[in-house]
Amino acid sequence: MNIFRILYLLVFMVLFPATAFSGVEINEFSSVEMENQYKKLVNELRCLVCQNQNLADSNSELAQDLRKEVYQMLTKGSSDEEIIDFMVARYGDFVLYKPPFKPVTFLLWFGPFVLLFFAVLVVVFMIKNNQKTEVVALDEDEKLQAEKLLNADAEKGNNK
Amino acid sequence: MWRYLLPLGLFVVLVVFLSIGLSLDPKKVPSPLIGKSAPSFQLPELQLADQMVAPEKYIDDIWLLNVWASWCVSCRQEHPVLNRLVKEHEVNIVGLNYKDQRADGIRWLEQRGNPYIANAFDEKGRAGIDWGVYGVPETFIIDRKGVIRYKHTGPVSQTVVDEEILPMLRKLHGEVSL
Repeated sequence: MNIFRILYLLVFMVLFPATAFSGVEINEFSSVEMENQYKKLVNELRCLVCQNQNLADSNSELAQDLRKEVYQMLTKGSSDEEIIDFMVARYGDFVLYKPPFKPVTFLLWFGPFVLLFFAVLVVVFMIKNNQKTEVVALDEDEKLQAEKLLNADAEKGNNK
Repeated sequence: MWRYLLPLGLFVVLVVFLSIGLSLDPKKVPSPLIGKSAPSFQLPELQLADQMVAPEKYIDDIWLLNVWASWCVSCRQEHPVLNRLVKEHEVNIVGLNYKDQRADGIRWLEQRGNPYIANAFDEKGRAGIDWGVYGVPETFIIDRKGVIRYKHTGPVSQTVVDEEILPMLRKLHGEVSL
């Protein structure tokens, strides 16, 4: 009885392994370079439906369609720039995970450095301010009192 | 004095930036297609499978392209607004039935009314890619020269119609075509 059950399971596993892969697209590449190019592109392009995923990671329908589009363009011999231009023309700079360097994005590129500059200014300002606090000199009486306290502490320490 | 003013100032700046950030809708991505020619397509009509729909047909006309699908939940919310828009104003809306089943699309129009002058049946979603569609519904306004002048992502509400779509249409009607 048990052996039948195992056999049944084995037959089932041999016959239906495909169900485990049903979500995976199988693309055939004519060369390793092309495969690398494909991987690079789908990693650099954003899925606009899920926004914080790239085309490679997303399972949304649009991402699947766009992956297919990238694959087809590659098989037709399009260059990386052509594919990226194709995407930007339709979806804007937002499809690129790495924003292009142009006036609209200057704040994005320089913003952190501007903030860093101000942070350094604040730190310098604070350090300078701290140094300015004057040292108050003790008069004779206070010095005696301080000495007494210190000696008392020292004696206590010795007794232990 | 500075000791108190500086943190307060920084806090105010932070609040301003955060409130701007919160009021922005990250789903609203500016379309690079505005100001560009409407991408072409040749697709069969949804209800009349032997006819073709192409944007070139509507050149010299001001028209709307509305991307919809029967599986799209927010299209349900939008549909009565479109019905009302064509009833109250002389507006041409062309539908782009995006990645849908033909029978489902036809049933949708029969049940909810048909505000469209024609519907292009984009089963594979290839025309959708050319129009930069990433979330259904989307609505475009195309001028007489075939240039996209406006895009709205997400369901069109009556407020969007009154405050954005109708003013844009009035502006385009006022423009003298050369």
